Amino acid sequence: MRRSRRILEPEKDMQACGLFGVMDRSGRRFDGNIAIDAMKNMKVRGNGLGGGFSVYGPYPHYKDQYAIHVMYEGGNTDAKNRVEDFLHKNFEVVNEEEVPTNSDANVINPPLVWRYFVNPEKKGEEKKISDDDYVVAKVMDINTKIDDAFVFSSGKDMAVFKGVGFPEDIAEFFMLDELYKGYIWTGHSRFPTNTPGWWGGAHPFCILDWTVVHNGEISSYGTNRRYLEMYGYYCTLFTDTEVIAYAVDLLMRRQKLPIEVVSRIFAPPMWYLIEHMDERRKQLYTTLRRVYGPLLVNGPFTFIVAHHGEMFGLTDRIRLRPITAGEKADFIFMSSEEASIRAVSPDLDRIWTPHGGEPIIGRLWEDEKKKKKEQLILEQTFR
Amino acid sequence: MFMMSYQLPEFVIERREDKCIKCRVCERQCAFEGHEYDEEFDRMFSYEDKCVGCQRCVVFCPTNALIIKPHPGDYRPNANWTREKLQDLKKQAETGGVILTGSGNDKGYRIYWDHLVLNASQVTNPSIDPLREPMELRTFLGRKPDSLQLEIDGDDVQITTELTPNVAIETPIVFTAMSYGAISYQAFKSLAMAASEFGTLFNTGEGGLPTELRKYGKNAIVQCASGRFGVDPEYLNCSAAVEIKIGQGAKPGIGGHLPGEKVSVWISETRMIPEGTDALSPAPQHDIYSIEDLSMLIYALKEATNYEKPVSVKIAAVHNAPAIASGMVRAGADIIALDGLRGGTGAAPKIIRDNVGIPIEMALASVDRRLREEGIRNKASILVAGGFRNSGDVLKAIALGADAVYIGSPALIAMGCTMCQKCYTGKCNWGICTQDPYLTKRLNPEIASQRLVNLLRGWSHEIKEMLGGMGINAIESVRGNRDHLRGVGLEDWELDVLGVKGAGEV
Repeated sequence: MRRSRRILEPEKDMQACGLFGVMDRSGRRFDGNIAIDAMKNMKVRGNGLGGGFSVYGPYPHYKDQYAIHVMYEGGNTDAKNRVEDFLHKNFEVVNEEEVPTNSDANVINPPLVWRYFVNPEKKGEEKKISDDDYVVAKVMDINTKIDDAFVFSSGKDMAVFKGVGFPEDIAEFFMLDELYKGYIWTGHSRFPTNTPGWWGGAHPFCILDWTVVHNGEISSYGTNRRYLEMYGYYCTLFTDTEVIAYAVDLLMRRQKLPIEVVSRIFAPPMWYLIEHMDERRKQLYTTLRRVYGPLLVNGPFTFIVAHHGEMFGLTDRIRLRPITAGEKADFIFMSSEEASIRAVSPDLDRIWTPHGGEPIIGRLWEDEKKKKKEQLILEQTFR
Repeated sequence: MFMMSYQLPEFVIERREDKCIKCRVCERQCAFEGHEYDEEFDRMFSYEDKCVGCQRCVVFCPTNALIIKPHPGDYRPNANWTREKLQDLKKQAETGGVILTGSGNDKGYRIYWDHLVLNASQVTNPSIDPLREPMELRTFLGRKPDSLQLEIDGDDVQITTELTPNVAIETPIVFTAMSYGAISYQAFKSLAMAASEFGTLFNTGEGGLPTELRKYGKNAIVQCASGRFGVDPEYLNCSAAVEIKIGQGAKPGIGGHLPGEKVSVWISETRMIPEGTDALSPAPQHDIYSIEDLSMLIYALKEATNYEKPVSVKIAAVHNAPAIASGMVRAGADIIALDGLRGGTGAAPKIIRDNVGIPIEMALASVDRRLREEGIRNKASILVAGGFRNSGDVLKAIALGADAVYIGSPALIAMGCTMCQKCYTGKCNWGICTQDPYLTKRLNPEIASQRLVNLLRGWSHEIKEMLGGMGINAIESVRGNRDHLRGVGLEDWELDVLGVKGAGEV
């Protein structure tokens, strides 16, 4: 047996951050100004080393195509040619264009950014897997095999815009205040403890149409990561956010568990509380902890996860990183700070700071109506 | 023909005559007859060649007149031919036998726990004070499904996934297998009482479970070993879990032999063998010569217990433990119990105890990794045994990937044991590893079980303190979390096997 040299995993990224999310539950689309202004209000929560936004509903003309957004580091045209060859080989590319940017914006070393609206072209064995899984696999291929190219957004009718800078600088660079409208916007501002100069390392983190913005350091990272590896998720970015994104993908997309249940997996009630529940709930909660213990997310965190039709926020089980929610008519807001919500909507109908493990859920009214009874039972059981 | 023994005494017995009141306590306490009162001279005599260094007489001497210490008399210093090697050789020359010993391997193999350090939170996440906030150690042993399916049925949320039995314990520390026969009834009962009071488990070992102690069954892992002593449906069904014993860390590949003189009427009843006969445990289980045979026994036991108990399979940590463990999980084991190089025993050939098997740290790390690579880690819990000395060792084992830890020696030490390694003589002065009623009555289960509960409580508190320092409030978040470990003074290959970075590597 030849002994190979020990390869060290890269250092895990540590950071504190500011988060914000806003949704119009009637599905009306609006521009980026609310999210941008709210992020500006929380400027002290970042240090200019990373900012970003996600928007749902920006591409009504291509809403059935996967919108693959790619960064080319240093404007590497060789990488661009390789990615485009790869895309044309595996997809029908309906449209491709450079993402418009503002060269006057206050950012350093921006990459070349292109987007491609594509339909999967599966061949042979690949026909057995779903379109979503096919896209995930191809995105992983590009990100691991083509140097200087990074797919940072890959869902349908949604987009992530992110980079190195304060969130408002990134918004200015991508002209989010005028070019895009969506019914959900989330925003993120970073305060990393190291200094990566890489645009791809900013948030939101995206897989298909799922995006995650996250704040905090996960003390259970090693446990969570090694559990996810058993299900084929290999963390390559070494951020806590990646772990949350994969856990959400496993539990919600693949195992089809609703957020009411998933939030009790990530941030379960203490045993002494479970012991005081009625028999039926006690058994449910006990079983959840027993089966999904390795996905308990321990340590301080707040995150906002969005996908089409739904946005939810969650804080850790002992609320070390609180999240605040607000409502005004069709709008629901969630944020690291109440101040940023009040900055963009001073006259709120309701504002509250939920307990640890209690999710804030924003859903399109039409979806809420469709499964109302089931929804109520779930909410009651997992409240 | 008389052959003189060339053995050197192992200990010096120093009696401070000015303090000794000739009360003869030392004489009564020593089953090895190390002390004797001579009426004619009206003084105490000591026999150093008989002393095993168990310190019983020292503790019980009312005037602190006694000092027992290793004998300084030695042969010419020789790094190769140490005193121990010479003594063992001479012993064999005098007897022609296999040298026996008790308790765990005492050799200087690297103790990896002493080369691993734990993490704590500073600034970027807060540490948690366990005296002010809940800190959870509850652990579930047994197979877990890959996912849960929920269905809304009427007004109810139902779990439709079929669940396999699990056992909940309140701390990730379990008393390891020590049979009634190997240890005294009082020691055995003390373990049962403590496990029951604290909400954890004890392991019956292979000697059965006395009928009147079956009330502690719900805290018992009942063993089914190669001798099948005391195994019947009631024994299996009164338990929390059933364990098939394949091997033991102190003597991998070796069976057991409880001599007939220890098989009292009570032991004979419990073990279901005639009084006074030797209780022989064959080296292998004679119905298990392969992995498929193991599977048949696992399912036979599951059938016998109506699929209501997790089934554990215990092996000694040997070179190819990962492959064996993987096979065991596929054969249906719900718990993998690994017993390492430093695991204890009541009696084992010294050459086996000191030379066979691998350290538990390495076995645990490689088994955990293999099961994860194969995507079956959640299908079985891992219980590790062999050489845990304090709560730090326990938490490091959990961070390496163990679900819980089996402790044997620490429990015995809590009851009085001093690791004198003479368990096989049946003369344990502390009343633990003996069947002599004069000695066993020294151990009061009410008191001994309290000492055991105190041990569990102390270690659990310490684990909570360490968890809180890491900013973690549930033990499951440190399980397999090797990011919280760093190696100190280890070679690259050792760090690789353990799957941890070196200290200072970030």
